Amino acid sequence: MNNTTIGEIIRGDREVFPPYLYEAYQSTRRRAPTLPLIDVPLTISELTGPGPTISAITSEDADLTRNAGTGGEAIGQRIIVTGRVLDDRGNPVPNALLEIWQANASGRYLHKRDQWPGPLDSNFLGMGRCLTNEEGVYRFLTIRPGAYPWLNHPNAWRPAHIHFSAFGPSMLSRLVTQMYFPDDPLHSLDPIMNAVPTEQARKRLIAAYDHDVTEQEWALGYRWDIVVRGPYATPFES
Amino acid sequence: MTTHPLTSSQTVGPFFSPALLREDARRNVLTQPETFGLRIRIEGRVLDGDGVPVPDAMVEIWQANANGRYNHPADLSPAPLDRSFLGFGRSGTDDDGSYWFETIKPGPVPFNGERMQAPHIGVTVFSRGLLNHLVTRLYFEDEPTNAEDPVLQYVPDDRRATLMASRVTRRESGVAMVIYRFDIVLQGANETAFFNL
Repeated sequence: MNNTTIGEIIRGDREVFPPYLYEAYQSTRRRAPTLPLIDVPLTISELTGPGPTISAITSEDADLTRNAGTGGEAIGQRIIVTGRVLDDRGNPVPNALLEIWQANASGRYLHKRDQWPGPLDSNFLGMGRCLTNEEGVYRFLTIRPGAYPWLNHPNAWRPAHIHFSAFGPSMLSRLVTQMYFPDDPLHSLDPIMNAVPTEQARKRLIAAYDHDVTEQEWALGYRWDIVVRGPYATPFES
Repeated sequence: MTTHPLTSSQTVGPFFSPALLREDARRNVLTQPETFGLRIRIEGRVLDGDGVPVPDAMVEIWQANANGRYNHPADLSPAPLDRSFLGFGRSGTDDDGSYWFETIKPGPVPFNGERMQAPHIGVTVFSRGLLNHLVTRLYFEDEPTNAEDPVLQYVPDDRRATLMASRVTRRESGVAMVIYRFDIVLQGANETAFFNL
């Protein structure tokens, strides 16, 4: 990426979080804020959040290979994606809601705005969700998504990825991110991934192939942990 | 104590709506018939740096109940819980960038032992082109306690107005509805004051 201008407006940890303005990713140009984010004291409003309540009432639906409800199975390489949701002290986050979405094996989303000529799969919706258990462990069964083209720049392709939305103990834990697959030559060409400021932080978005997760004559296994801000901040005291 | 590095944020992208806004995942209506408190409707638009509506954003809100109590284990205040109110909302935006919620006006919540905060709603915005979500607060323009709110004091004077929802009354089917309008401007003139959270 040689036309990259990195914006000054950065949230939280600048070793971890992308800047809002990252010119190589064109959609940031008219949507990134240009004024500094305001440091505010933490109050009960930020140290609470919807995580515990919505986890209590959301149904689980962690098998994307069959949840289209057609009776058929999605086409593609069957994979297991599992890992833990941890907080920044390494403690598991139990009962965390994860919502995921992804392209099908040909790289096509079931979405009216996705019109490139990758074939749709009537047995694949590309969405799922689950709750972490007491050890913070989640597990999805899905198919490996394909890479797909986008219009950001000439011959632009997004590397294969799965979108994750996570809720944790507080507002501060909220995270939307993407999980990538190992050994993908498209990583270094992808401005969305490259907006992450450090190599270490980018590597943490890449799942590891794990043969112990792989199930014989069934599915390949990948492991990926998610770390969110924990419940340790204390409210402002004057 | 070991510190585990956080997982980075990535954009929600353009294709989240079937997953995050499916019928049992979106939450435009936060109230049930028995929910305690003044019914309000929140309406607004998400606009980009050219003033163009953002049709593929998602807005989430988090608020206390009418008594000023959050439905969360960390809120130990003696104010009563309302079992019919979770306080979480999630809305997509439509082609003109509009989002909406039907909720109740939250009560004031504590700041610290001595001070209270003015009634407010936490607002989080996601969209294609936002590599991180954005966090801000909605305040009610007709609330006299805004002047003493301890968090608003951190927002520069000339930007506080961007956090004020304006009150409108509209009659629908003969019933007067209290509406608070709150536009979220991602960039440029009248850019919403976003928080570093």
